[in-house]
Amino acid sequence: MTATSQEVERKKKRNQVSQARLPGLVSRVRELGLLIVLLLIILIVGVQAPRFLTIDNFEQILLSVAILVIVAVGETLVILTRNVDLSVGSMVGITAFVTAYFFKQLPGINLLLGILLGCALGLVLGIVNGLIVSFGRVPAIVATLGTLYVYRALVFIIAANTTTQVNAYDVPASYLALATTQIFGIPALILIAAVIAIIVGYFLHTSQSGRQLYAVGSNPEAANMIGIRRDWLVFAAFSASGLLCGLAGVLWGARFATVDATDATGLELQVIAAVVVGGVNIFGGSGTILGVVLGAIVLGTLQNALNILNISQFWLQAIYGAAIILAVVLDAFITRWLRRTTLSRRKKA
Amino acid sequence: MTNPPEPIVELSGIAKHFGGVQALRGVDFSLLPGEVHALVGENGAGKSTLVKILAGIHRPDAGVVKVGGEVVELRSPAQAQALGIAVVYQEPMLFPDLDVAENVFMGRHPRDRFGRVDWKRMYREVDQLLASLDVSLSSHRPVQGLSVAEQQLVEISKALSLQARVLVLDEPTAALSSHEVEELFAIVKQLRERSVAILFVSHRLEEVFKIADRLTVFRDGKHIITAPVSEMNTEQIVKHMVGRELSNLFPKGEAEIGEVVLEVRHLNRPGVFADVSFNLHRGEILGFAGLVGAGRTEVARVLFGIDRAESGEIWLKGKKVHIRSPQQAMDNGIAYVPEDRHQYGLVMNFSIAANVTLAILQQVSRLGLLDPRREKKIATEYSSQLHIRSEGVEQLVNALSGGNQQKVVLSKWLGTNPSVLILDEPTRGIDVGAKAEVHRIISDLASRGLAIILISSELPEVLAMADQVIVLNEGRITGTFARSEATQERVMFAATGQDR
Repeated sequence: MTATSQEVERKKKRNQVSQARLPGLVSRVRELGLLIVLLLIILIVGVQAPRFLTIDNFEQILLSVAILVIVAVGETLVILTRNVDLSVGSMVGITAFVTAYFFKQLPGINLLLGILLGCALGLVLGIVNGLIVSFGRVPAIVATLGTLYVYRALVFIIAANTTTQVNAYDVPASYLALATTQIFGIPALILIAAVIAIIVGYFLHTSQSGRQLYAVGSNPEAANMIGIRRDWLVFAAFSASGLLCGLAGVLWGARFATVDATDATGLELQVIAAVVVGGVNIFGGSGTILGVVLGAIVLGTLQNALNILNISQFWLQAIYGAAIILAVVLDAFITRWLRRTTLSRRKKA
Repeated sequence: MTNPPEPIVELSGIAKHFGGVQALRGVDFSLLPGEVHALVGENGAGKSTLVKILAGIHRPDAGVVKVGGEVVELRSPAQAQALGIAVVYQEPMLFPDLDVAENVFMGRHPRDRFGRVDWKRMYREVDQLLASLDVSLSSHRPVQGLSVAEQQLVEISKALSLQARVLVLDEPTAALSSHEVEELFAIVKQLRERSVAILFVSHRLEEVFKIADRLTVFRDGKHIITAPVSEMNTEQIVKHMVGRELSNLFPKGEAEIGEVVLEVRHLNRPGVFADVSFNLHRGEILGFAGLVGAGRTEVARVLFGIDRAESGEIWLKGKKVHIRSPQQAMDNGIAYVPEDRHQYGLVMNFSIAANVTLAILQQVSRLGLLDPRREKKIATEYSSQLHIRSEGVEQLVNALSGGNQQKVVLSKWLGTNPSVLILDEPTRGIDVGAKAEVHRIISDLASRGLAIILISSELPEVLAMADQVIVLNEGRITGTFARSEATQERVMFAATGQDR
């Protein structure tokens, strides 16, 4: 038996070595990769166009992705559960328009009331999504494709019956200030997005429900087996996505000042791009808010870089598409690699 | 022990049926603390149903479940867990994206006084659990990438953290290497020391002798015997396992056995089966017997071009062939009716006609477009030939009974005009009357000169139908019997890997 026990020892040692390397590597590989990509972009573009490397420009980049990050954080909650919310663009559009119109009609109203109105509207729309998916048993991709059109149609109907466009001079300055105020020299918009990301990221990491969101997406059947209430979690994720879209819509109106019924059309594609590039598995179960924020920043930086290098914006679409595919291929590659290591170790001794 | 301990789990009169199939017919069963209790029986004896009732997945039609002396209803897996019953499945049910520690504690993370997940405590507790099992597995590793053995350890750790009083191991060793089995047994023994009641479901008798204290045999959903393992030997166990009765058996009619149609030489697929050789003649039914996981289906999949063999030769009608895809297999006249009709055999929301002609679309097409009249004509032909009971060939197959669905699958493959027909568990899950009819059809096909491979886990079926029986155990042929020599005992001995 000594030969066998030696072999056991050897095997144990080999396992320990691979154990030490594996977890950190796999779970952090995407965040690290994104950071490297980000640095590469900054380096390459910075050499060619020095004005890219100014603090002012970085602030611009962050400003341009702040609203995207808020929506992407909500989308992350949904995608983690193995669902998808395609209606985010329409939800942002409708809340942006309604909030702006609300301020136009009641210019003297308390600012907070308007913000709450927008958030509440988003929450209601998200709840509708959640009800259809969780309790109506409609696949999320179909349900939210439907509400994408319905919600957008609602904006047009509202616009047709009120005003085609809300302009900057229509709304109180205090509303527009939401987007321009600086706190400690940092634009409020960036701070709000950062706070949202931190809160949700913290929730995902430290709350029981947050962990269960991962479980539901990772193996729905196993989650059911240990009594996790999947329907409620999925419902909550869609509701949260709606709420965050509501907030994003309020900020959208403040930032762009001029709002019409077509605002935020197609935003869902940028959002899903950021989420997937940020390392959230499109089939649920894995991904972090940090990754999503980095994913959004990378895409925003690319856009900014193309601008500065005077490359046509048309390229942007292609780059977004390529980034999504690259991210998913990378995911598949890692998964397959992991499975292969499993298989090779499963071979009979 | 002087005083027999109170059983932790006591089942009495448990019955459960699925459709027309009676899986358990009023069984009594009990588990004592600190014992390893083996549950054995042929496929379909009712072992898995019992496990699933204990796990809270199925609810019995009749009978009483007592846990710790109290009558309980196991309504859900979560409830069974709460009562201290933990089940480790052959392929564990874990969260691949999460790490070992979270898999152990999912749904009941340790939390600090603010209600936040206490990661440090969680990792510490899981590390302690793993250490107490003498296992070197990092609690930080993602489950994706763990071997089956390691995943089972995660499940066992979960059971321990739940303070489980009952641990059910459902065919735990099927996917393990011999070394991993040793490690698992060491842990099982350790749990026995801690007074856990362990239910060990297995069909590897040598393992039963190695690890179990008591043994229960099920057959046809009935409890046959419970006895200390020390008082039993292999022969007795096998005798209790076999002897299933199957009413309405339709024995194979006489058919002229002709020339060799299919010759398989030294077929190998590493880790799945090895050195499989046999001859199949015209008009012959060759039975493939063996327990689940013996490699029978895997051989069929290679013959049909779904998987590839690493080495070995396949000869068809005297010609060596290389089958690389199901299309090539069909071109060579091989048809394969898989076990799972729903998953592989039928498009459930297509009509009978569309399903029957699915494999021969070219024959029912004109200029590349389907000709519904030809489709209907061919389907009607088979429908009357095989007595498919329906409201007409336009009826959707999901409205048919299991037996009639099976006939539709058969029609589909007969349409390809095969010379070799492989049937994988053709009567599983269909009721007794329909079984006899399927048997009659199979016999009929053989008498028309088809060479048939019949994979079946029901011994009486194989014995009644097959001209020759090949028995597989863990991917190797462990017995070949002519019709006259094949008895249930002999086949079961070979199927459990016992030498005789």
